[in-house]
Amino acid sequence: MTIIDLIIIIPILAAVAIGCGGSARVLALAAAWANLLLGLVVFVTLVAKGGDEMHFKSSWVLLHSPELTLGFAVDGMSGVLVLLTVIVTFCAVRVSSGDLGKGSGKLYYISLLLIAAGALGAFCATDLFFFYAFHELALIPTFLMIGIYGNGREKVATAWKITIYLGVGSLILLGGLIALYVSLSPPGAPTFDIAKLAPSPGEHPLSAEVQKWIFLPLLVGFGILVSLFPFHSWAAPAYAAAPTPVAMLHAGVLKKFGLYGMLRVAMPLLPEGFEAWKGLLLVLLLGNILYVGLVTISQRYLDRMIGNSSVMHMGYIFLGIACCNSIGWGGAVLMMFAHGISIALLFALCGSLRERLDTLEISRLGGLGGSMPFLAVTFGFAAFASIGLPGFANFASEITIFFAAFKDAGEMGILQVATILALWGVVISAVYMLRAYRSIFQGELIGERYPADLAQSMRLPVVLMIVILLLTGFFPNIILKLLPNLFEVL
Amino acid sequence: MSIAFIILLLPLVAAASILLGIRKKANLSAYVSVASAGICFLLTLGLIRGSGGEAGAFTWLSVGGLELKIALEITGLTRGMILVVTLVGLLVHIFSLGYMRDDAGKARYFAGLSLFMFSMSGIVLADNFAMMFIFWELVGVSSYLLIGHWFQKNSAAEASKKAFLVNRIGDFGFMAGILLLWGATGEIGFSALRETLEVQTFDPSLLNWAMICIFCGAVGKSAQVPLHVWLPDAMEGPTPVSALIHAATMVAAGVFMLTKVTFLIIAAPVAASVIQHVGALTALLAALMATQQSDIKKILAYSTLSQLGYMVMAVGFAGFLHSGEAVGAVASNAGFFHLYTHAFFKALLFLGAGAVIYACHHEQDIWKMGGLIRLMPVTAITFLIGTAALAGLPPLSGFWSKDAVMAVTQNSTPLLIVGAITAFLTAFYMSRLCTIVFFGKARSQAAREAGEVPLMMRAPLVILALGAVIAGFEFAYGWFIAPADLPHPHGALPLVLTIIGVAGIVTGYLLHRGREKDPIRVEVLVRKFYIDEFYLFLVRVFQDGVAYLAKAVDQLLIDGLIVRGSARLTVGVGLLLRGLQGGNLQRHVFLFGVGIVIVIYLITIALG
Repeated sequence: MTIIDLIIIIPILAAVAIGCGGSARVLALAAAWANLLLGLVVFVTLVAKGGDEMHFKSSWVLLHSPELTLGFAVDGMSGVLVLLTVIVTFCAVRVSSGDLGKGSGKLYYISLLLIAAGALGAFCATDLFFFYAFHELALIPTFLMIGIYGNGREKVATAWKITIYLGVGSLILLGGLIALYVSLSPPGAPTFDIAKLAPSPGEHPLSAEVQKWIFLPLLVGFGILVSLFPFHSWAAPAYAAAPTPVAMLHAGVLKKFGLYGMLRVAMPLLPEGFEAWKGLLLVLLLGNILYVGLVTISQRYLDRMIGNSSVMHMGYIFLGIACCNSIGWGGAVLMMFAHGISIALLFALCGSLRERLDTLEISRLGGLGGSMPFLAVTFGFAAFASIGLPGFANFASEITIFFAAFKDAGEMGILQVATILALWGVVISAVYMLRAYRSIFQGELIGERYPADLAQSMRLPVVLMIVILLLTGFFPNIILKLLPNLFEVL
Repeated sequence: MSIAFIILLLPLVAAASILLGIRKKANLSAYVSVASAGICFLLTLGLIRGSGGEAGAFTWLSVGGLELKIALEITGLTRGMILVVTLVGLLVHIFSLGYMRDDAGKARYFAGLSLFMFSMSGIVLADNFAMMFIFWELVGVSSYLLIGHWFQKNSAAEASKKAFLVNRIGDFGFMAGILLLWGATGEIGFSALRETLEVQTFDPSLLNWAMICIFCGAVGKSAQVPLHVWLPDAMEGPTPVSALIHAATMVAAGVFMLTKVTFLIIAAPVAASVIQHVGALTALLAALMATQQSDIKKILAYSTLSQLGYMVMAVGFAGFLHSGEAVGAVASNAGFFHLYTHAFFKALLFLGAGAVIYACHHEQDIWKMGGLIRLMPVTAITFLIGTAALAGLPPLSGFWSKDAVMAVTQNSTPLLIVGAITAFLTAFYMSRLCTIVFFGKARSQAAREAGEVPLMMRAPLVILALGAVIAGFEFAYGWFIAPADLPHPHGALPLVLTIIGVAGIVTGYLLHRGREKDPIRVEVLVRKFYIDEFYLFLVRVFQDGVAYLAKAVDQLLIDGLIVRGSARLTVGVGLLLRGLQGGNLQRHVFLFGVGIVIVIYLITIALG
């Protein structure tokens, strides 16, 4: 059993133990701590060994024909996402508050742990089937948490909405994956092993036309899961309704599954398929950046604004992916990491504001910086990270992606035009973030109540996330060292 | 670690240690910040004597063949600029010890100043566009923090937000320009680009576009028309901040950047022409607006805009074709020379204004002041020296640098005329300000009770006044620009300019002597050509309008039709979903999951 197997199984075991009557919060915290440490060990090992190859391989053959293997391994890209998952999981468990409505919070912590385990499994699976199944494992508790522990009167309706929405997305994706399995398996030896499905360089068994039509369901399926425009409208209401740790885990970690899938499965297996849809993807990602960006500006509630901002930033990651070079893909993975941490941080802070205030309507708040300085300062860090200020990893990833699009671009192609348009998003995101910040924390105090500052128990995770963003922003090579030649490797 | 790296990093260390450790001890925080500024200044003295060349590098980001470096480059102009930054920076730090003595957010203020020093040094020392852009943005954020220092005041909070956003619009262009250049040449280092442009030819329209985009960055940072609107509002910040950031250094960063890429301006004549005209327009419009303001800091802010316009115009002339040949680096040297002298006298004027405001219990309206020369002679006399330098009276520093700028404009008569009109207006509005504030009778109780400011604040004034007097002499600038590399005016230009300056001063004095309000009121100038109102209107119509429209589309079309529609379809058809009419959510979701697994299993087996 490798350390990766451990990382995946620890949260599952902890969930089982809670189900059997163990103390929910203690077990969840213990599992989160253990995973955080193990995740760091994995990361450091990968830094030492290099991220180009798969490490920590393990496999159990379940079926021989078709070949179905429960197997895990990590390379640089998976390693970064594993690190992201353990960090966000740790912080999400830490910020989970005592007031859980019904019962002892058993279901609550079990769900959190299963989401984490599902995400980790999906990021490390070497087998197409388990790649998909682990993601489903993570989605189900997400729906439950929103429906049961969510905020607002419409939580059940919202839970339904995303269940159907993401369910449809998953099924479309499934169709694409099955088509991949059928068409790419070596003759006579059907297999789900991603590595064995990958075409050998230079000779692709499928014609460009076939690739094109298999790529489409993958793009739409992954796209729905990542809230690619115009399939994005589930995201903001879901995050607003979700309990804080679930919003952190889903927006921060689980949503990266679709992007990871694009890089791990769709792009390497169907390179010509992507070429056919490149123009469409560029239009859609501009929809994320520009259209959703404007929608974000018009939001009246802080939680919805943050949710929409997360949707908007997905556009940049897709842009990195569309560059089809190692700079762009490295930048995309770095941005998955940076965005994952910063959005989790924003949701954590937004959650504590929700606990303290009667409303999150931006125009009805004001001047809170005076009475909650710690929260105001940390929110300021989060806001500036989110809008890509140098010093934070978000900036490093954005600039990498922009440079990637112009690599060897003597003339303006569609990619370059799209990138120039996408650049406008840095203005848009500054508008909504600073507007909200100015309205909520600055200016004269609105209302008579002086809400309390951030609780002590919240401070460790919040500071941890800020430190990580700064550390990887000052030294982005910490992450990028694992992803030097992603395009060539994949 | 080289001296230059220490100059760069020391203020960051100071800012971080205040934020992380000693922020509760306000005085200690202030001293740490002042000490770091002092050490940086001393190190700068060492640096500018040393030899040039590379000062060290650190690979900040590398992936897939892209390498972005934090690497320092020390050239002649860098030396001049780093001296301005650390010297004016140090004086402003010291002045702030007095000005911000009792401020509740003192530690935060000094941390902000140190952060600014770090960011500004980064711009000055950068050897490539990526690093410059990084610090370009950081300067923006430190300016944001300092303008919004009194963040509980609505106007300050609005002003800081506006400054940041307007700057971001400029940065958008800047980044686009950097990318265009990089795409075409594969280089982002200044010297590498210069060499590449020498040996290879590129599509001139691409270079023009790239240069125009890069210039957008300068338009934002140096507050040129049409992005000038943030600078007057930025006066909401504490006055020493206005002196350092919004007069001497940060707003000059745009001009500095343009002088660094002079070789590019020479290669892009269309862009050069755009630069000249934007600069000239800014110089003229801002000077017009300055004549009708009544807030002492706003007058100085418009004056800064106008002088920055001069500098930008001069730098733009580098690409101006004069009988077939570009005017070249002489022009950008003239712009930089004016930047250098302006830093001294404008910082002096702002700190002087700060002293006046401090003495008059935070009164900023000049029509409530008067007769202050008797009550605060040191402040008044140094302020008058600064005024004379700004008006371009010989032999003060402004005379020499304005001569250099105007000598460049002699290549193009229309711009020469614009420059001359601006020179007259400059002398006029400064004379108006001085006449009202320092002479005549006091117009309010606050002005009657004013007294001289403490030594901590007087000393920087005196030192800067000395700078304003001597900075234009060869011994004060010759070590970074050889006098031969500066343009020399033809004919009687210096004499004409002197007469224009004197005429402006006399007119301003005669018109405003003993008045209680402006004798001539031009509504359109008072209202700043209604540009702010126009922008507000634009923002409302486009930004908000589009945003609300987008939201409506979102809810109606995408959510309403596509999602709900397909959802209904699914619900109607699906066996899975039919059992969901009653019962609880948990069971349904569980069933849903089971269903998916079964489907996968069946398909797998069937296909296998």
